[in-house]
Order: sequence, then structure tokens, then C-alpha cells
Amino acid sequence: MSTDTKKVLFGPVVDNNPIALQVLGVCSALAVTSSLANALVMTLAVMLVTGFSNLFISLIRHQIPSSVRIIVQMVIIASLVILVDQVLKAFSYQLSKELSVFIGLIITNCIVMGRAEAFAMKEKPGVSFLDGIGNGLGYGAVLMVVAFFRELFGFGTLFGFEVFTLVQNDGWYQGNGLLVLPFSSFFIIGLIIWAIRQFRPEQVEKD
Amino acid sequence: MSDTKKKETFGGTVGFVFIICLVCAALVSIAAVGLKPLQTANKLLDKQTKILEASGLLAIALKAENIKALGGESKSIVDTYENYVDAKMISLATGKVIEGNVKTFDERADARDVNKSSKPENDIAGINRQADNAVVYLIKDEQGKVSTIVLPIVGSGLWDLMYGFIGLESDLNTVKSVIYSDLKETPGLGAEVLNPKWKALWPGKEMFDEQGNIAIQIVKGGAKAGNIHGVDALSGATLTSNGVERTLHFWLGEEGYGPFITNYRAGGLN
Repeated sequence: MSTDTKKVLFGPVVDNNPIALQVLGVCSALAVTSSLANALVMTLAVMLVTGFSNLFISLIRHQIPSSVRIIVQMVIIASLVILVDQVLKAFSYQLSKELSVFIGLIITNCIVMGRAEAFAMKEKPGVSFLDGIGNGLGYGAVLMVVAFFRELFGFGTLFGFEVFTLVQNDGWYQGNGLLVLPFSSFFIIGLIIWAIRQFRPEQVEKD
Repeated sequence: MSDTKKKETFGGTVGFVFIICLVCAALVSIAAVGLKPLQTANKLLDKQTKILEASGLLAIALKAENIKALGGESKSIVDTYENYVDAKMISLATGKVIEGNVKTFDERADARDVNKSSKPENDIAGINRQADNAVVYLIKDEQGKVSTIVLPIVGSGLWDLMYGFIGLESDLNTVKSVIYSDLKETPGLGAEVLNPKWKALWPGKEMFDEQGNIAIQIVKGGAKAGNIHGVDALSGATLTSNGVERTLHFWLGEEGYGPFITNYRAGGLN
């Protein structure tokens, strides 16, 4: 893999993370991170949608009239999201029940639209596809870290397997009520951003 | 570039958008129609699983040898369901069995339809509209005798309606289970109604007292040992606990399955 490809694909994980640096897609990062399984499925769904929406938009980027380009991007993204939702309902009903509206809300995830407008409208299809996948990875990385802490300290489990036995089940661990609720992700995402910027001081905004 | 000029004209823009919409609409329709059978099957399986769970038969369906013999967990569930469960449509007002397709019956769709639903007079469960009909599930044992009756219930919790099933023994009084299948309660608090430990408190409790009044109650701070009508409330989830109690009172009452229970006790469903 050439260094350019690597940069496009893995750059968004730490150096140019869509959540931590661009601060996009935070809404869904709050909602679906109560368990690792949910976060993983959401990551895959977003990765597929960003990847393919970037690909298709880049393929027709010379044909899209600039006056309606946002609408055209939306139509393509929305169609892809519905596809993902339908497939999930058909093949993984339990998960789709848990993720419910949040799959549909990928449509409004700013990462997808942001990458389409900022990258796919200018670059070739192949590299656009990688950029989409890369940003999905970056989004997923943050999601997984948040979900790890929330599931472990909120419910005492990891991927549903018991790690700490909860008081409710005659164990010793009192689940952290704060982490069970969505807004706790704000704190964790804040800490992640702080940690990344400790190691990458160039990401700190100038006053 | 002549190309650029053409694509920015009014006709070019409309034409382009039209084609994009057509292609996307076609793709979405194909996926929706093509995957529909699988989705419907999933939904049905999910419901059947819950009914089996409420009746205590899920353990049989999920026995390793049964899964092996029938070739898959979902097949074993469907098979067990078809062997033991007899679904009957009833009219809630009269409590009598009526004609109707129990397979296609959708209580939530009926509850939204003004022609097939009504507002309960005393809406303690907070459901707003109630479907006129309901499907009850009679669970037969090996001899074909009804051993358990599973009744669907719905009622407000803290955030939204909670859908579930109650399993009663054939005296329509002794509880076998209270199972929620669809709810949006707070994880770790209200959603603990799904905790197996809480569900295990239900079997053996009695819904009615000796005079036939609804007596089941959720007791804050824990029910006393030997309280046949009391179940411990969930700590930190008062509103969900109240919701469960009101839901049960509503559905066991005259506006719920009351007439059906009277009919059934008076001599079955004939």
C-alpha cells in the first residue's frame, strides 16, 4: 500500500478523526454506544454508507449540476441508508430492533455528507471510496472506545459477556448509572479529544 | 467546456435529478420488495419466541437435541409453536371467540384504526386507543389440554408504550410469566423488567384474590415473603413499576380480558 492510500484510509482514525477533530456525527455517537455490539454494527453501517456514497458521488461528480448538488448527494445517501436498514431488518432483526431509528438517522450524519461534499466531489472514485471507508473507521474507532467504557462500567459486560457481576445479579459491582445514559458519551468523547490532542498538539485550535 | 454549460441549464438539471431519483427509487424498491418475506418471517419468529417464552416452552424449543433434530434454532421455535400453540381471535367486549385471521392480525395497526379501536373509558394503562379485538394464545400440553394461556398486554412505562405478554395457568389466575418484548425504558433501571432475576419473581403469584378482585401489586421496597399477590418493585424505576402494575390491572379488568376470563372459566370457549 502506498503512503498516500494509507493516509487516506487510516488518516481519519487519529490524525483527522471525524468525531474528535472535525466534531461531526456526535449525535449518533451518543445514542448507539451503550453496548459494543450496537457500536460495531453502527460502525459497519456508517462505513458502508460513507464508502459507497463517496464512490457513487465521485463517479458522477462531473455530471452533477452544482445548483442541486447537495440534494443529489442526499438522494444517494438516503437510498444507501434505506438499503442498509432493509438488509439489517432481513438478516439481523434483533440488532435492527435495538438500533431502531439510528440506522435511519445515518442519513443526517454529517460525516457522510461532509465527506461527499468535501472529498468525493473533487477526487477520483477509487480514492473517494477509501476516504469514505477511512472516515467510517475513524468514526467507528471513537464509537468502540466509548462503547467499551460505557458497557464495561455501566453494565459490567463486554459484548454481552459478563465481566463484573452486577449487584442486581448478586454480584459485587454497582453499575454506573451515568454511563448507562447517552449523555455520558459527551464526557468520554471529551476525554478522547483531550487525549488525542496531548499527543497531537497541532490539532489544538488557536485562540 | 460545453459539457459544463449543458449541465447547468434548467432542462439539464431537471433531467439529471429525474434520472438519479428514478435509479435510486428503483434500487430501494427492489430491496424493499425482495427482502420483505425475510423481514416478515423475522418479525413472526420474534413474536413466536416471546410467546413460547411466556408459556415456558422456549426451553423445550431450545433444547440442543430439538435444534439438532429440526435443523436450526428458528426451525425448532416455529415447530414447537405450531405443535403446542393455538391462537384464537377474541372480541374484547364480549370475550367470545370470533372469526379472523390470527396470522395477519396486527394489534398495533388496529389500535391506530378508528374503525377497529376505541378509547378505553378508564385508561389506567395510558394506551389512549385500544384495538377491539385481540389474539389470545392457548398452549396445549401433550394430551391436547390447555395448560397455559398467553395474553398480549400493552401499557405506558416511563418513556413509551411497553408491549409484552403474560402467561397464566389454565385457572387464569396463577402467573407463569410476565415477559416484555418491546419497550424503550431506561437501560439499567426501567429496562430491568427484562432481567431474568426480576422475571423469576412472577411464577406462582396470583392475579386475583379469593373474592375475584384484581389483587396483583408491585410493592415498593420489596414484597413480604408469602405475599402471593405482591412482586418487588424495580429499584430506581418507580414509574416503570407503576406502569407494569397499571397495565396488568387494566388488561385483567373489564375493559381488558375480563369478559374473556369470565367466559373461559364458565366453560371454555364454546
